[in-house]
Amino acid sequence: MTLTTDTPGRTVPKRLLGLLGLVLLAAFAVLLSFALGAQDLHPADVWRALVSPDGTDATAVVRELRAPRTVLGVIVGLALGVAGALIQGHTRNPIADPGLLGVSAGASFAVVLAIGVFSVEAFGGYIWFAFAGALIASVLVFGVGAGSRDGPTPVTLALAGMAVSALLSSFTSSMLVTSPETLNVFRFWIIGSLSGREIETAWQVAPFVAAGLLLAAVNAPALNALSLGEDVARGLGQSVVAARVAGVAAIMLLTGAATAACGPIGFVGLFVPHLARLLTGPDHRWLLPFSGLLGVTAVLLADVAGRLVARPAEIQTGIVLAVAGAPFFIWLVRRVRLVQL
Amino acid sequence: MTDQLILPGRRVVRAGPVSASVPLRPVLVTVLALAGALGVAVLAVGHGEFPIPPATVWEVLTGGGTRIERHILLNLRLPRVVCALLVGVALAIAGALTQTFARNPLASPDVLGITAGASAGAVAAIVLGGVAGSLGVPLAALVGAGISATLVYLLAWRRGLDGFRLVLIGLGIGEILRGFISWVLIRAELVDATRANIWITGSLAGRDWSHAEPLALALLVLVPLALAATIALRVLAFGAETARGLGVRLQRAQLFVVVIAAALAAVAVAAAGPIEFVAFVVPQIALRLCGGSRPPLLASAMLGALLVVGADLVAQIVVAPKELPVGLLTAMIGTPYLLWLLLRRSRKVSG
Repeated sequence: MTLTTDTPGRTVPKRLLGLLGLVLLAAFAVLLSFALGAQDLHPADVWRALVSPDGTDATAVVRELRAPRTVLGVIVGLALGVAGALIQGHTRNPIADPGLLGVSAGASFAVVLAIGVFSVEAFGGYIWFAFAGALIASVLVFGVGAGSRDGPTPVTLALAGMAVSALLSSFTSSMLVTSPETLNVFRFWIIGSLSGREIETAWQVAPFVAAGLLLAAVNAPALNALSLGEDVARGLGQSVVAARVAGVAAIMLLTGAATAACGPIGFVGLFVPHLARLLTGPDHRWLLPFSGLLGVTAVLLADVAGRLVARPAEIQTGIVLAVAGAPFFIWLVRRVRLVQL
Repeated sequence: MTDQLILPGRRVVRAGPVSASVPLRPVLVTVLALAGALGVAVLAVGHGEFPIPPATVWEVLTGGGTRIERHILLNLRLPRVVCALLVGVALAIAGALTQTFARNPLASPDVLGITAGASAGAVAAIVLGGVAGSLGVPLAALVGAGISATLVYLLAWRRGLDGFRLVLIGLGIGEILRGFISWVLIRAELVDATRANIWITGSLAGRDWSHAEPLALALLVLVPLALAATIALRVLAFGAETARGLGVRLQRAQLFVVVIAAALAAVAVAAAGPIEFVAFVVPQIALRLCGGSRPPLLASAMLGALLVVGADLVAQIVVAPKELPVGLLTAMIGTPYLLWLLLRRSRKVSG
């Protein structure tokens, strides 16, 4: 089913070319992530360390320190970029971010419980708490959205998401206000960062991200139909509820996994889809891959920048994304007319 | 035309030669919310280590009562309750204005850069400046809100304001400021971080007349202006092109609405901290209670007052003798109600 006619300048070959360009850009970001940091390495050294590891410092740095965060950056960037495009498509709201369906708030509350009640101290220990919290919260949001008389429309989903998030974050705050010790650990988790994570973390969340990406790919044509309005979509033979369920499940898996691995890195999922929409237009079959690749590039570049600006100390990825990504986003909003949803 | 013309949901009221059609539900909701807010306020004034029954509260307010009762009531408890009522009114109206202007139910004064700016100012004052006085932090918050709101407007202004662009730029500025707040918080001593965190949550503890008076004066000017803005808003809700076609001076009307919303949010946040979600949740509740296509201002204002004063009373009761920041309770009380309304009588509301 083709719902969008290709406008001039957005032909399939040009889009493929654009996709190739983004792949190269993401690959360049991966290379930078391996090469730059407290100790800069020559690309040749990086290659040697990866292909034929020896006992040198360079090998240790590349394989022990930079490989985990690079792999994580790719997974998380991909997940958040795609999830951002999905949530903005499903809620038809330009200010929706992947955390809107309660995922970030649910994960945060679960992590606060892990710290405050179960005394878990290592970042690795939060993964399953965060993931469970994210899943429960988003199921709740979808339940309220679907249970309302109009069904899971853009507005009911967004409002239910906002309300459940608000409720959960007030629980989170109440734990933090009454327990400074919990705040002391939590304030580092909440920022979102790629550093200090083990490579196991990446492999633990990878299957969920893969499943989420698969669902997203299946959901893309249906989302195109939905963006014409629910009645039109129904007329085209699209099951609205099935499409919404698939979309919400994909968002939940992608954002839940990303948040569990690295904490809530929010802003990337908000601005990357706008950039992608600018490049390729509103067709979700193209928008999702464009957005995912841009997400990878943004997360990795932010992580590298965070390592460089305060050498040998680091600034967390989430902070860099906010402080560097937002001005870029503002420049973009002022400069060009963004594609409205 | 016959006199049987009946508009749905409106009742025709006649008094001699004058007649008007009154929207019944909004009036009813507004009156009930106002009565509820005043009732809870009387209970809140009476609550504390030295309980005062409602009858005595009335006596004191009308000039009677013992000296101790007068002191406790008028100097210690009343300013806090007045603050709660006014903050609720201000945040709810600011939220209703923003949501209507941006034509987006997710838009709240956060989106105008107010909340993040105020929080950044206050956190900077607490952590970096070591400001301790009761007026230093609100002042820093007000300055922060003013700077960030101005920045948002200047950046969003491009041959006029556009709701879509304003909201996106506001989000961008807010994100930068939140990044700044996180950065400050992880570098702060735990004591300062805890204090800053309580301020960010929003609290009414220890508010006196020096907080309530400026707030009351500001609202005395801003609320009538906000009500005057509803006429422009009614047309703006159709979108910029339609509004211009109908003869609205678009840029002036937009600027008017946005500045009033920002000012209301700023004075409220300076007084009580960014009490979360009042501005988002109350207009949506009011919309669902009253019906219509956009959040009604007066009903929102009264429901906002009721929510904040009620939440502040509960915040003092649940873990007595300690007390919780009111910002926690507004979300805990307000959002379940909104969820219930969503489930019970969801309406088709323009997004």
